[in-house]
Amino acid sequence: MEITTQRFKHCDLLTVKGRVDSATAPLLTQALEALTNDGRFKIVIDMSGLEYMSSAGFRVLLAGQRTCRRYNRGEIVLAAVPQRIREALELIGFTELFKSFDNTTAAVGSL
Amino acid sequence: MAVEAAFGCTMRTLIFPARYSSLTEIRQFVGAAARDGGMDDREVYAVQLAVDEACSNVIEHAYGGEGDEPIEITCSPHPDRLMIILRDYGRPFDPTAVPQPDIKADLSRRGVGGLGLYLIRKMMDEVTYEASSRAGNSLTMIKRKGGGG
Repeated sequence: MEITTQRFKHCDLLTVKGRVDSATAPLLTQALEALTNDGRFKIVIDMSGLEYMSSAGFRVLLAGQRTCRRYNRGEIVLAAVPQRIREALELIGFTELFKSFDNTTAAVGSL
Repeated sequence: MAVEAAFGCTMRTLIFPARYSSLTEIRQFVGAAARDGGMDDREVYAVQLAVDEACSNVIEHAYGGEGDEPIEITCSPHPDRLMIILRDYGRPFDPTAVPQPDIKADLSRRGVGGLGLYLIRKMMDEVTYEASSRAGNSLTMIKRKGGGG
């Protein structure tokens, strides 16, 4: 799994490629915490290269969203969510908790 | 067992150490069984996700963390379905005691407990669990082909 982060003036774009499971989810936690510890709470997660995500990853997203939305200081939005992962997100009710966009341009523009 | 022989299906069992790093190989093993059995991409993904969640639960809850304890995985293909049996020798649990996640709760009230088991039940058609202090705990999951689930 590979994570890269790109900083814009008003938000950060976090791109995650590969598979997020119990083994790799801690890396996603680390990447998100690096941003929030730095006072960055408006985050786009580009999922276009995401092949797989288990509940380990979903839990990381939830924790991150709680942090970012606290005091209305920001939020995590999702971009280019693959169909399989969208279906899982719908099943567990996460589509209500995360705004989702077809591509990163739209997602970055929304924040 | 006679049923499998009659259909000439190959039942395969692999044993993995109870580590999260085993999950990649575990998903490959069950994914191949699902694909060889004629399942489509969606069904293969569902099988992989369910088994991943189950193994993660075994590592965390049955064994209390990563280690060299065994997770036995048996893939048993049938013409109309795939049966996967997971066996561990750790602490048994009561699946009826696991709370159903409230998928409609808002962010502040959303809990994370029970997500794995919830996904297992959604991805697979039949899920049964049996705890045995003698023979270990076994989780049997069945996915029917062409079920659209």
